[in-house]
Amino acid sequence: MTDALQKAYDQELSLTGKEIIQQLLKNADIARSEEVPMCQDTGFAVVFVELGQDVHIEGGALEDAINEGVRRGYTEGYLRKSIVGHPLERVNTGDNTPAVIHLKLVPGNKMKITVAPKGGGSENMSGIKMLKPAEGVEGVKKFVLDTVKAAGPNPCPPIIVGVGIGGTFEKCALLAKEALLRPVGTPSHRPEIARLERELLDEINSTGIGPQGLGGRFTALAVHIEIYPVHIASLPVAVNINCHASRHKEIVL
Amino acid sequence: MTMTKIKLTTPLTDDVVEKLRIGQRVLLNGVIYTGRDAAHKKLIELLDTGRELPINLRGQIIYYVGPSPAKPGNIIGSAGPTTSGRMDAYAPRLISLGLKGMVGKGKRSPEVVKAMRQHKAVYFAAVGGAAALISKCIKECEVVAYPELGPEAIHRLVVEDLPVIVVNDTLGGDLYEEGTKIYASK
Repeated sequence: MTDALQKAYDQELSLTGKEIIQQLLKNADIARSEEVPMCQDTGFAVVFVELGQDVHIEGGALEDAINEGVRRGYTEGYLRKSIVGHPLERVNTGDNTPAVIHLKLVPGNKMKITVAPKGGGSENMSGIKMLKPAEGVEGVKKFVLDTVKAAGPNPCPPIIVGVGIGGTFEKCALLAKEALLRPVGTPSHRPEIARLERELLDEINSTGIGPQGLGGRFTALAVHIEIYPVHIASLPVAVNINCHASRHKEIVL
Repeated sequence: MTMTKIKLTTPLTDDVVEKLRIGQRVLLNGVIYTGRDAAHKKLIELLDTGRELPINLRGQIIYYVGPSPAKPGNIIGSAGPTTSGRMDAYAPRLISLGLKGMVGKGKRSPEVVKAMRQHKAVYFAAVGGAAALISKCIKECEVVAYPELGPEAIHRLVVEDLPVIVVNDTLGGDLYEEGTKIYASK
């Protein structure tokens, strides 16, 4: 992430943009050396679990264990508690639980846990659309660009753009989120998708939105796309936006 | 690549506010108040029922922030700006009561921009995500209203050289629009 920001700093044309990226790099330094959050929004705890099918979990429910981890992590780590227990009544749960857990059963006897705290500001600017297959790649590009333009300064650019194409409505949204887990700037292993990622990044960075939306070349640091087979009648596309504070941690047990 | 920075100390007067222009770098000093959607909603409810506000807004600045908890020995946790648009429904009313400045990130509604022109107020952007850096500029912090809201409570902060950029001025200028136009290609 720091490498991507450094590169953006070197290449940004806008003076204001350069100044902002410099502040972000300095901020990351302070956060690292003083062990404080780089952003006060320490997010919704989104947890991806790849559970080996030969693993047997004893002594309680996995979901409870994950929530207990979130509770302790957010309390002992002085992280902000940003979750309300009811979307309409809106009373804070006080310990940032519950987590959003995505569980996948895989072969083997290991368990991989990826924690990806997600801030509200960038999540709010995400979107999904069920396109007609006839709209094709141009329709996909237009939706991604429209979503990024509508987001403007709100998701704290420079952003990482996660895109899901295909699957069903909910699968597509999950693909977009999974795309954000890829290390920043790692291209898709599919050449045609990697090309689309490059084209979209160029187009997004031609909008002029720039760092913090105050004008400049670096609106996005990367576009990551994940795809999935799709129904003959459908072409869903989802865009999940991540701010420059792309915080992910992975552990294998 | 340093630009001239203007030092401002609260409370702000109309004279000072009127001279500010979009794109100017400002260093804020003095007392500022924090507030997010939940606190704004409560302030407006007080006004609707004819009661007095817990803080005097005249000449003041509200910083849209919900800080993370302070580590032992620190004054405040990380404290970067939140998205200002969520306060748009409430801001014009507070501006009409003498609020002179708002600090946040992201675009304001036409209603807020109009209220800023009419009543002489400005909107500043702080750098979203530069929360650890910004917390260094905060020298005092105390909760002055709604402690039950946790990070969303109204805090009274004393700041020293908090770096912000003027995004909307009293002439109706908008740096988000102007800046994007300059760097858009094609």
